[in-house]
Amino acid sequence: MKKIGITLLTKYRTLTVLILMLLVATFLSDAFLSVGNIFNVLRQVAIVAIVAAGMQFVILTGGIDLSVGSILAFAGAISASVMVKTNSLFLAIVVALLVGAALGLFNGVFITKGDIPPFIVTLASMTLVRGCVLVFTDGSPIPVESSVYMFIGKGRIFGMPFPIIILALTFILGFIVLKYTKFGRNVFSLGGNREATRLSGINIKKTETIVYVIAGLLAGLTGLILTARLGSAQPTAGTGYELDAIAAVILGGTSLSGGQGAIFPTVVGALILGVLDNILTLMNVSPYVGSIAKGIVILLAVLADSKFKNLSLKANQK
Amino acid sequence: MKKFSKILSITLIVGMLGSLVGCGTKSSTSDAGKKKQIVIGLSMNTLNNPFFVDVKKGAEKGAADNNVKLITTDAQNQASKQLTDIENLIQQKPDVLIIDPCDSDAIVAAIQEANDAKIPVLTIDRASNGGVVVSHLGYDAIKAGTLAGDYLAKALNGKGKVVEIMGIMGTSVAQDRSKGFNSAISKYPNIKIVAKQTANFDRAEAMKVMENILQANPVIDGVYCANDEMALGATAAITAANRMSKITLIGNDDIDDAIASIKAGKQKATIAEPPFYLGKTGVMNAVKLVNGGKLDKKIMLKSTLVTKENISQIKTRD
Repeated sequence: MKKIGITLLTKYRTLTVLILMLLVATFLSDAFLSVGNIFNVLRQVAIVAIVAAGMQFVILTGGIDLSVGSILAFAGAISASVMVKTNSLFLAIVVALLVGAALGLFNGVFITKGDIPPFIVTLASMTLVRGCVLVFTDGSPIPVESSVYMFIGKGRIFGMPFPIIILALTFILGFIVLKYTKFGRNVFSLGGNREATRLSGINIKKTETIVYVIAGLLAGLTGLILTARLGSAQPTAGTGYELDAIAAVILGGTSLSGGQGAIFPTVVGALILGVLDNILTLMNVSPYVGSIAKGIVILLAVLADSKFKNLSLKANQK
Repeated sequence: MKKFSKILSITLIVGMLGSLVGCGTKSSTSDAGKKKQIVIGLSMNTLNNPFFVDVKKGAEKGAADNNVKLITTDAQNQASKQLTDIENLIQQKPDVLIIDPCDSDAIVAAIQEANDAKIPVLTIDRASNGGVVVSHLGYDAIKAGTLAGDYLAKALNGKGKVVEIMGIMGTSVAQDRSKGFNSAISKYPNIKIVAKQTANFDRAEAMKVMENILQANPVIDGVYCANDEMALGATAAITAANRMSKITLIGNDDIDDAIASIKAGKQKATIAEPPFYLGKTGVMNAVKLVNGGKLDKKIMLKSTLVTKENISQIKTRD
């Protein structure tokens, strides 16, 4: 019994927090456990979670990407514009992903070749890209009326909302890459010990650049989904999403210094944030108070995480 | 063995969640003979602006006067958050949904979801460009812009250089006020618009924009800001440049801070569109609808030109 308890608190600590929250949420509001509401939460969480998947790769190498929100908006804006001008869904999708990947490459090159800390490069690109969005959209949203485009954000396949399917595919793919490919092992190695990785002959610059391309690509994908969901590319889209993505990754137990973490707990982390937002709205809590509550939960979760990580280390030592 | 216990724990957890879904869908019992309380969902575009805070306060007064349960959400000026807010509100099955959109195009997706859920939708202040809306309550924004334009032209004796500072151009209100203002000014051939910029209805942004315009234009005779928040920001910039005595400034809304500024002789005028009554009337219309009454498709409240002369006579709240 004690062993199950410790396992719950250590290996599955993030999942345990989520389940506790679900239990409390059910108790607090009748509307919480309806199918409609659960689908809402999943669909809303999908947006941040996909960005967080990209952020996962970056943080595992010991880096950070503050520009994902801006990349999301830019990819969404260009995708919307392409859809309106060419009426080609294929082009609109490809463009969103390409723009995201290209901006990620931009980040990666400055970080590796320029040897500038990721925080600074992505802070600069966050501002630069947001400016590009404003210039491109002239400060006004770009509406998209194509229903086939909007299916990406609003459609369902066999009753399952499309964004959730994309979310599942993204995380399964991410899991496979991180656990079963050489690239995945290089990512962990780079974050764990940079010098040792370099000495063992692994191409650090290549690995590091690729993680930023992945982050950019997934941000572009998210921009596509968000634009499709709203039927409109907003110049202010994605504002603050980088912080939500980072919070999800941290809540999932990944270490900010890199080298340690897993991808599925990141979804759980994103779910924790999403369920929290959802239950605060369902309980009609003032939005001001809601922000305070959210901050406290993140603090407590991270505190608990570090406490239980030590417990896990002690348990393994026995 | 370790793998088996992992699978077992996940199965247990999924099973627990599944059973929770089963018993979570309770049906609400109602006491026979007791009149059901009306539930109204209010999706606000933002609460980070005294104008909209007053809309909410007016709505709360209307709710208190009519035994209405009011659930309010704050989209923080983000269309994507407003979609999420409305999805969450729909889950709580309100009798009516009142919406003040962040963006007149992006709100359509959300209104369509409410339409699908068979919840009647009212819009206040800003209109929507699609979806089924039972009634729109607002101030005539074109008339407001025209009143401002005519006032400014007359105050300058039909001759001079003026500046227009616009609101969030994705909204019907900003577009209409600008339209009205420009059509009024076009009647006066000796009035020239030397600068036209948006400050997104935000005080801090307007201060920055006005500072730059003051630098670029050594002679300015009049300024029109599409709302009082921006007018107050512009006032700060103009006062700092020591040009307040040479510039006639008019805003829109008649918020408390603007009233103080007009009484102090800084801002010269505004258009009274008390947000408090917008909220209160919105709720009262919703109650009328629930009780079987009919509403006109478009209900316009009256805007009044306010200057130092009549400022004390204008009532802005109950």
